[in-house]
Amino acid sequence: MVSARLRELLGLLPVGLLVTAGFTAVLISRTEEVSNLSLTYGAVFLGLCVFAHFFIRARLPDADPYLFPLAALLAAFGLVMIYRIDEELARQQAQWFVLGLAFFCATVILLRDHHSLERYRYTIAAASIVLLFMPRLPLIGAQTNGAYLAIKLGPVQFQPAEFAKVGIIVFLASYLAETRDVLVRGRVPRLSLKHFGPLLVVWGAAMLMLVFIRDLGSSLMFFGGFLALLYVATSRISLVAVGAAMFAAGAAFFASNVSHISDRISIWLDPFRPKVVDDEGYQIAQSLFAQADGGLFGTGFGRSLLELPGGGTILPAADTDLIYALIVNELGLFGATAVVLVYLLFAARGFKVALLARDGFSKLLAAGLTAVFAMQVFVIVGGVTRVIPLTGVTLPFVSYGGSSIVANLVLLALLLIVSQDARRDPERAHGGLA
Amino acid sequence: MNRPIVHLFALFTLLFTVLVVFTSRWSVLEAQSLTDSAANRRPLLEQQKIPRGLIYARDGTVLAANRRVGSRQTQRYVRRYPTDSLFSHAVGYSFIERGRSGLEQSENSVLTGTGSEFATLVQELSGEQEGDNLRTTLDSRLQEAARSALGSRRGSIVAIEPATGRVRAMVSIPDFDPNSIPDSFEELSSEPSSPLFNRATQARYPPGSTFKVVTAAAALDSGRFTPSSQVSGRNNKRISGVPLQNFDGEDFGQVTLTEALIKSINTVWAEVGSDLGKREMLRYMRRFGFGTEPPIDYPRNQLAPSGIFDRRGRLVEPDDAIDIGRVAIGQERLQVTPLQMAMVAAAIGNDGELMQPTLAHRAIAPDGRVRQRFRPDRLRRVVSPSAARGVAGMMTSVVERGSGTAAQLQGVRVAGKTGTAERGAGINQAWFIAFAPVERPRIALAVTVEQAEGTGGEVAAPIAQRLLEVALGARGATSSGPAAAGGF
Repeated sequence: MVSARLRELLGLLPVGLLVTAGFTAVLISRTEEVSNLSLTYGAVFLGLCVFAHFFIRARLPDADPYLFPLAALLAAFGLVMIYRIDEELARQQAQWFVLGLAFFCATVILLRDHHSLERYRYTIAAASIVLLFMPRLPLIGAQTNGAYLAIKLGPVQFQPAEFAKVGIIVFLASYLAETRDVLVRGRVPRLSLKHFGPLLVVWGAAMLMLVFIRDLGSSLMFFGGFLALLYVATSRISLVAVGAAMFAAGAAFFASNVSHISDRISIWLDPFRPKVVDDEGYQIAQSLFAQADGGLFGTGFGRSLLELPGGGTILPAADTDLIYALIVNELGLFGATAVVLVYLLFAARGFKVALLARDGFSKLLAAGLTAVFAMQVFVIVGGVTRVIPLTGVTLPFVSYGGSSIVANLVLLALLLIVSQDARRDPERAHGGLA
Repeated sequence: MNRPIVHLFALFTLLFTVLVVFTSRWSVLEAQSLTDSAANRRPLLEQQKIPRGLIYARDGTVLAANRRVGSRQTQRYVRRYPTDSLFSHAVGYSFIERGRSGLEQSENSVLTGTGSEFATLVQELSGEQEGDNLRTTLDSRLQEAARSALGSRRGSIVAIEPATGRVRAMVSIPDFDPNSIPDSFEELSSEPSSPLFNRATQARYPPGSTFKVVTAAAALDSGRFTPSSQVSGRNNKRISGVPLQNFDGEDFGQVTLTEALIKSINTVWAEVGSDLGKREMLRYMRRFGFGTEPPIDYPRNQLAPSGIFDRRGRLVEPDDAIDIGRVAIGQERLQVTPLQMAMVAAAIGNDGELMQPTLAHRAIAPDGRVRQRFRPDRLRRVVSPSAARGVAGMMTSVVERGSGTAAQLQGVRVAGKTGTAERGAGINQAWFIAFAPVERPRIALAVTVEQAEGTGGEVAAPIAQRLLEVALGARGATSSGPAAAGGF
């Protein structure tokens, strides 16, 4: 039987092919000649991936063999798309990827056993909440499109929600692993405030996020992750239903009372109204126009209409929030479906890790991380395709952005650590080969 | 805890399926309506990325070409008009900032290569799209002659081949340099002299006596008159109850119909119009093309119909009260475009058959194949050949010994009719419509000058003479000048 690590290495082959072919396609469309620069890009990226592979081989020999190649595939794909938009951005993104790999390795090295996270759960929770609200702080907070999602430290912009999402899942997994017995056995009317308290706190936090960060998308992502965890922990649809209803009620309340959110919703319902279409509705309208231009097969890498004669791009935020629209534009319905499928495969492997995990905390951690990851994909792709109102979260591994790449590689590291713990050969474990 | 995890995965599979469904909704199912949306600037920008087809005169002169601008990523093509203002109205312009006009608009699908289904399929497969070149019917020598003949005088000239309907020249003064449209559109459109306005197709001028050609054609075709019919040229005849004066109040006595056209006797032609009656006159006008925009391959928003307009500027209905006698001599809120008057001359010159006026000659693929020939199209028979020949004979006499002598050529018989519509004290709208050679007309034209300090015979006929010289390669019979002109 082929070992897990060999399967991982083989899984990296399509990554190398994709990144080389992608860069070549972009270069051809740009200069009508292939320079060996595309091969260099492919080789460097593949080199990084192979390095990560050997690192995993050494430190996490039994971990899931597909998660890393899937993430690398998405990252390679993102790099090609970003390169197509702007060479300089692609160079920076590659640097972010290197930094992300450093964080990945550091997490694996420092966190030999993820159970040790349970000890710091309140610290992690508090730190995450602080992170989430930092964009509202004066001086360092930054507002984009009316939402507070980033902080600025000098030249560096940083999206704390990306890190907070990992922290909050760690806290919730740990908390629910401990209290789930009560929540499962207790009848809903008899559950005391003591048990429900923290859940109310989470709900309250989601509502506060709606008000303070003003971003429907990220609060939906957080609360969705939370409900997923609650469901996995308790198997009780009733609790999830109560939670969902509370979120819906809160969202509806704020939607009619906070102008920023109600604007977002009215834009979502009809972005093509005159005036709106060139103003607040411009982003989503351009997103849909770009997708319409893609058709079944797309225009091909680098062949869509993006740059405007006067500078700038016709598709706003093409490298971050709206990158999925650019993917549909250039690779068509088929290419975009393939990308969604890769995310679904990633989610499948993540949930597989949760299935195989041996204890409650590990199961909840893996399921929660996977759920919040998948939720993020749904929120941004759903926003871009007008399934839900468009909000500003990144497409994991694909969008440009250091915070996103680093945080998602940390998330991947945690999943692999849990997986290593679940799949390791008990005998070898006793041998101390961690 | 494993069952809920499986459920969760099922839920996300469902959610991701929704994403794929919505992606297909925008990218495929509703793609067309999104592409057609008015707010979508992509199609406009895309069209700039492909080189538009070139526009040529019939003689091969390039009238519209492309200039490549921008760096590799933002490379696009911008229109360039090598002949500057010479063809400004006929060819028009095409700029992303200001849209399109003229042939650039009416033949846009040819010029962008979206005209034929087959072409787009090939282009889709090869990934390269390029527009077809357009060869027009316009003759750059004649166009040049027409513009220099008008000089700085406001007015318009339209020249048509009677047998084919092909437009050989279309001039409107003042004109503009289409190359300057992106920078100075605002100024041009607010200029009081309206240089962007195509007087040839949009101006509504009083036709003056040139309209007597229509009345004469109706009179002969009705069978109630012949060129030698005796009619009374008395001054101060009552037309619709109101006395009508001849030019300078002259009294002519009994004359033939031909004589009445040579001398352009108002009272004769008003009486002929009244005798024919409103319905008959309107029927012949409609056959000549009055009442609707001419069916030329030119943008509809740059075409005006000719006809009788009421005080609110609307075309009158047959049931409205009309002083048809005064209409018959070109008065009474009758307003015409130079194009319409050229069509009148062309129909008479083509034995009474009106050809559809066209500007496009053929569409040529980038590889040189002829993609489409725009063949001459017969619109309708306006009057019988004998009536047309009768009118042609009368018009020939006008040039030989009437008000149109300034248009005579050596060795070539010219048929014509002058027109002078008073616009103020000593200020006229001067007209001349003509075709030649009479035996087998190769060119028909309408010349009009605004604010002329002279009659049609003095101002417009010499211009027509110069154009006929150029078009037919003939020499003028007299040194053109007001002295040779007998009248109006």
